[in-house]
Amino acid sequence: MTSLLVIIVLVLLSIAIWQMTKIFDLTQVGNKKEDSQIATDNDNNVQGYLMFGFLAFLYIFMIYGMFKWGHLVLGTPASEHGPDYDNLMYISFAIIFFVQAITQVLLHYFAFKYRGAKDKKALYYADNDKLEFIWTIIPVIVLAGLILYGLYTWTNIMFVDEDEDVMVVELYAKQFSWEARYSGKDNVLGKANVRLIEGVNTMGVDVNDPNAQDDISVTELHIPKGKKILFKLRSQDILHSAYMPHFRAQMNCVPGMVTEFAFRPTMTTDEMRQQPEIVEKVSNINKIRAKKTAQLVAEGKTALDPYTFDYLLLCNKICGASHYNMQMKIVVDTPQDFQAWLKDKKTIVNAVKEDLASKKAEEKPVVAPVQAKVLDSTVVATAEDKLEEKK
Amino acid sequence: MGAAGHDHDHAHDHDHAHHHKDTFITKYIFSIDHKMIAKQYLITGIIMGIVGVVMSLLFRMQIAWPEESFGIFKFLLGEKMAPGGVMRNDIYLALVTIHGTIMVFFVLTAGLSGTFSNLLIPLQIGARDMASGFLNMISYWLFFTSSVVMICSLFVESGPASAGWTIYPPLSALPQAIPGSGTGMTLWLVSMAIFIASSLMGSLNYVVTVINLRTKGMSMTRLPLTVWAFFITAVIGIVSFPVLLSAALMLIMDRSFGTSFFLSDIFISGEVLHYQGGSPVLFEHLFWFLGHPEVYIVLLPALGITSEIIATNSRKPIFGYRAMIASILAIAFLSTIVWGHHMFISGMNPFLGSVFTFTTLLIAIPSAVKAFNYITTLWKGNLQLNPAMLFSIGLVSTFISGGLTGIILGDSTLDINVHDTYFVVAHFHLVMGISALYGFFAGVYHWFPRMFGRMMNKNLGYIHFWVTAVCAYGVFYPMHFIGMAGLPRRYYTNSNFPLFDDLADVNVLITTFALVGAAFQLVFMWNFFYSIFYGKKSVQNPWKSNTLEWTAPVEHIHGNWPGELPTVHRWPYDYSKPGHDDDFVPQTTPMKEGEEELHHA
Repeated sequence: MTSLLVIIVLVLLSIAIWQMTKIFDLTQVGNKKEDSQIATDNDNNVQGYLMFGFLAFLYIFMIYGMFKWGHLVLGTPASEHGPDYDNLMYISFAIIFFVQAITQVLLHYFAFKYRGAKDKKALYYADNDKLEFIWTIIPVIVLAGLILYGLYTWTNIMFVDEDEDVMVVELYAKQFSWEARYSGKDNVLGKANVRLIEGVNTMGVDVNDPNAQDDISVTELHIPKGKKILFKLRSQDILHSAYMPHFRAQMNCVPGMVTEFAFRPTMTTDEMRQQPEIVEKVSNINKIRAKKTAQLVAEGKTALDPYTFDYLLLCNKICGASHYNMQMKIVVDTPQDFQAWLKDKKTIVNAVKEDLASKKAEEKPVVAPVQAKVLDSTVVATAEDKLEEKK
Repeated sequence: MGAAGHDHDHAHDHDHAHHHKDTFITKYIFSIDHKMIAKQYLITGIIMGIVGVVMSLLFRMQIAWPEESFGIFKFLLGEKMAPGGVMRNDIYLALVTIHGTIMVFFVLTAGLSGTFSNLLIPLQIGARDMASGFLNMISYWLFFTSSVVMICSLFVESGPASAGWTIYPPLSALPQAIPGSGTGMTLWLVSMAIFIASSLMGSLNYVVTVINLRTKGMSMTRLPLTVWAFFITAVIGIVSFPVLLSAALMLIMDRSFGTSFFLSDIFISGEVLHYQGGSPVLFEHLFWFLGHPEVYIVLLPALGITSEIIATNSRKPIFGYRAMIASILAIAFLSTIVWGHHMFISGMNPFLGSVFTFTTLLIAIPSAVKAFNYITTLWKGNLQLNPAMLFSIGLVSTFISGGLTGIILGDSTLDINVHDTYFVVAHFHLVMGISALYGFFAGVYHWFPRMFGRMMNKNLGYIHFWVTAVCAYGVFYPMHFIGMAGLPRRYYTNSNFPLFDDLADVNVLITTFALVGAAFQLVFMWNFFYSIFYGKKSVQNPWKSNTLEWTAPVEHIHGNWPGELPTVHRWPYDYSKPGHDDDFVPQTTPMKEGEEELHHA
């Protein structure tokens, strides 16, 4: 009903405006005012000044933005290649600001300076090969530099030498959570396939593969500082993207395929928390959260937790309704802390065995195994596929 | 088509004394006249534009004030899509998806290129109509059908397509992954298949017309840059759209007939699917083989329109005519070999990333040439700051601002951390969204008298431009910062990440600019529809332009010119040429004795 009223009001309003315009038009009859709807000298003048004003707006807005929002931009990178990445970014931005500053001034200033008038005549100036050459060759040189520097950095980041000492970790994506798998002492990940997913074996690891015996799966990623980590990425269902902004790292997770990305973390979570910019950011965010909490409490809702900084792994490829909440905490430890943390983690193989044992213990007195199989379609599918694979 | 119309009731309504007898149906609906088809494209494009823009406002409101209840959500989305006025999270993605699809294809491809290619190609090359009027009519009606199907897809039970406008499988292939990948996605694919057919027919027609139907004296190097842009755009479309069609067909096969082109090893909602051996990366290649040229399909016509309008309103020849053509050709060529820059982190071989970085950054060169040439054209001009001219200058501004950040995104290294963040959103909206939209507005203001024989109100045009210009930067400039803060795009809300809490204010500001900017588009709508009926009557050549379309009578007639077709004696940019009394010399004016061509065409 309200919406109908709103529509009626809007319609009536439009009719009113229309009528007013008509009345306004009628009052103009006999008035000698020029109304060809083509820009007059006066229009050119006014619009020319507005162009100049817009230039001022553009500059003030850009500088204002840099002061107001500049601190939001990701700060000190926490990976070895991070500074190289940031360096290339700074150089590119320097070029961008330089070109932007000059071209926008010329464009808007010319629009103001050469605003038309009846007694003016434009200069007939059709082409100039020398000028064309200059502004072809300058971008060529600048871009050649950028391309070379960019490719050099890209190659350094993306290609991992075979003999390099790395720790292999698998990142496993699914709607809407992450898991990680450590390759254990042998530093080789055991084979895995979605067809082997069953019960606690959520990543479909082949428990019979010798390389899989020491694999460990976790839902909170810990990595040791100073060690190069080679991430192998897999997806269980659809495309996801493992985005670790503080490490300047990102790679898609593609079902049916293993992708790779490697980096060396250079700052533990604790060290990062002590970075002045992070301290400031956190206190700023906590101020915002405190304000919100006050509001929530007044409404009788639960308060927000105060924020402490943590590295995050985010999903950055549209992956479904809850895409916006697909995250995993990353903790960078000192190597000692990391070893201590990893030590008491159960291997996947053991977890599967224990699970089977406990299930058997539960099932024995109650129901026949055949029935359980029929009820659980997943188990049937996996068992069949396993058979097929063996063939 | 004629047969259907002749015996219709409305036949008596429009019994003009033309050599061709028009009925209401043949004149306004199944018309084969390029000028009427242009208007049909324009109106359909504007209607689709309203839908697309309203969608963007809805999801912008959700980002700025996450999970709040709005009456407007309840009203427009209904209780099902917005229970209690709170937008559902998958509907958010649906809105993002359909907004992208509608704006890119239906507004900026069909609405822009369809309108102005149809209107201007025959009129500016001196032809009576398109090479095939019938094909042209079919092309429009296929576009119309695809628009209707796309709109219908909004109302299906499981919701419209919601896998992003890039519809990457497996998300787009599996209804288990997101409800929108059910019937909604099927309709999306059907709609796009029809759209592609429409686009191909249109493009073939444009290419054939430009090659074959130029009037006497109209050599390729005397074509206005608009026609060059439309011509090359059509060529790009013919080269790349079929690839998208094949990708769409393969996706349909995967979805409905159990093939595995793009799918492999999938475990979803508790079961393993049978797909084996396909690759989503293949789809990404096929999609972007169109998807990237598509950016230029959107942008080149806008640049062509701008070239024409800037020259006319500067009362100066466009600077570097040959360089402009060369850069259009270079952009067209390069646009087909840069698609991989959308896929640097897709898992393809990093070596390919290097190749695509190289080709991508090369595109900056012809783009820079174009920008500099526009600026030089303004230099020492006698600028007539009509609304069309303001939008053209605005286009150059956003083209530069948005294009420059392409240096960052085109660089595989830098793409790693800003890929799929709001930085990308800011970049492509400025460089192709806003720029192409400005080109569209510029074209409408400039050729409105040619289309409707009336003028649009200039003061409303000025208000429209200035508010739009401020709001466009207001929306997209701050987005660069939140992107560089690491905020991914396509998040329903950012409130699950305390890390992003300090970006909330910026998002509110962006949404506010968006709402104000969109509200002022109503000024344009009003001006447009009011002027069609009540605008000031136009003179034949209001902007004192050189091109042929202004030599045709204001009243639209079949065949465009009453007598013989005009003969062309010079290029279209002899503005303020020394030795002539007027500051413009139409292309039909013969060269004076001893007059030199002062340009190198």
